[in-house]
Amino acid sequence: MMLIQTPVGAGFPSPARDERGVALNLEQLLIEHQEATFFWRVEGHSMTGMGIHHGDILVVDRALEPVSGHVVVAVVDGGFVVKQLIRRTNRLILRSAHPDYPEIMIDPEQELTIWGVVRWSLHRLTYRTSP
Amino acid sequence: MVAAPADIPHIALIDGNNFYVSCERVFNPYLRERPVVVLSNNDGCAVARSNEVKALGVKMGEPWFRLRTLAQQHGIIALSSNYGLYGDMSQRMMALLHQFTPHQEIYSIDECFLDLGPGCPNATALGHAIQSRIARSVGLPVGVGIAATKTLAKLANHVAKKHPAYAGVCNFNALDQMELNTLLASIDVGTVWGVGTRSANRLRALNIATARDLQQSNGPFLRKHFSIVMERIVLELNGHPCLAIEEVTPPRQRIQAARSFGAPVHTQEGLEAAILTFVRLASGRLRQQGSRAGALHLFLRTNRFREQDPQYAAGVTLPLPDLTDDELLLARAAMRGLTALYRPGYAYHKAGVILLALEENHQGCGDLFADPVVKRRSAALMTTLDTLRHRFGPKAIRLAGEEQATDWQGRSGNRSPRYTTHWDELPVARA
Repeated sequence: MMLIQTPVGAGFPSPARDERGVALNLEQLLIEHQEATFFWRVEGHSMTGMGIHHGDILVVDRALEPVSGHVVVAVVDGGFVVKQLIRRTNRLILRSAHPDYPEIMIDPEQELTIWGVVRWSLHRLTYRTSP
Repeated sequence: MVAAPADIPHIALIDGNNFYVSCERVFNPYLRERPVVVLSNNDGCAVARSNEVKALGVKMGEPWFRLRTLAQQHGIIALSSNYGLYGDMSQRMMALLHQFTPHQEIYSIDECFLDLGPGCPNATALGHAIQSRIARSVGLPVGVGIAATKTLAKLANHVAKKHPAYAGVCNFNALDQMELNTLLASIDVGTVWGVGTRSANRLRALNIATARDLQQSNGPFLRKHFSIVMERIVLELNGHPCLAIEEVTPPRQRIQAARSFGAPVHTQEGLEAAILTFVRLASGRLRQQGSRAGALHLFLRTNRFREQDPQYAAGVTLPLPDLTDDELLLARAAMRGLTALYRPGYAYHKAGVILLALEENHQGCGDLFADPVVKRRSAALMTTLDTLRHRFGPKAIRLAGEEQATDWQGRSGNRSPRYTTHWDELPVARA
């Protein structure tokens, strides 16, 4: 996936088609590109500063061009990580949002595979009371 | 009559490269550039091979027990089939392709025809746009073949994959005649869509060895010695469309029974009745052509042209525990799918059942461990059903209520997580 440094509007489709009283649908809010949207599970604590916690569900959109500042799912050392993508002069950085976790520097000649852009993180507060 | 260039039809055949393997690789970077096979239901035989595995000479349908030694030597990774994943990825891919044109014929789980319209000005560029949209949105590599007829589009797709120079997109309409002739002369006649192994041998005996030879053959002569199908293939190879988009061609790789309802249906019971009819129709056709299905796809939708109504459209692919042509098993899968998809409060306009991952009955693949007694009983029941219906009409015997099945999971030793269809099997990102 190519990196292009242009700002991208992160707006969601207007849920305003409800003049006739159709109930709000969470999917409309969370998903802009249905075919390109996938759900991921978070493991680990390096992103808590951005409200991404262990066990959360990420809404990941592959149709968006990743730009500096986006939180992304990326491939690092053959595994998937969730980090904030930062472009600094001529190198890319995958930044954590927790003081205990260092940045991951990407060598300029190293290829970075961005799997998708994280649009939402869903954090559960109460477990289901019935099965 | 030769069509004026502006009127040349542009039919595209798009298919996923090593589709099942590619689906697995989207969620597992470890599998990239490693030899991977996907095995059929119950881990019987290879139903998908990565390029690395093809290079080792592994054939489609090769039984796994014969591959074990080779697999150990070369580190081949064998995965059990994960039809839930493949079905969902297929649905996403087909929906993306539908955005390019509504004139789409889904031919199998991983391939479809698109009618790009006559005189499409930039078909090759469009082919590349299709390729990159699919790669980006769902991470799947596809090949695109474009030509004036479906038969030629199939061959163009073949060329797109075999010759790296085309980078996955080959447009026969954009080639000059010499180039095209050379390409067709390099393709074995058995590769041509609709030419079976036996026909190919007979054609070779008549000195018709390549696609180019067949193109230059005498249609009426072949019609006499083969059938009207062969004459049609010759016409198609010469750019005269004989097979319309959406026309179904045997042997089918998918069987669809779907219908718009005369009046909108609101209740689950109402949908149930319609869907059981579709299952009866589809499974009858399945048995008639001597195939069995590995998965069943069910879809529902409201009328999208009634914009004033709330809209809902959904589909689900259900893997079947065994390859089957058993109407009861298929009906149970469909009912289970309906329960998952049904939402109250909508006026349903259309529903349908698609049987996927079809295999010829005689191959005996995938049922190495199935209980033979149960299988015989099921076969006998289905024969009785078909006989009674033949005698007393198609509705003579129908299924009544459906009990919920519990054992839907087939035996699958090394199945990857169902990343896109189960909340507790989502892919994991380390934070």
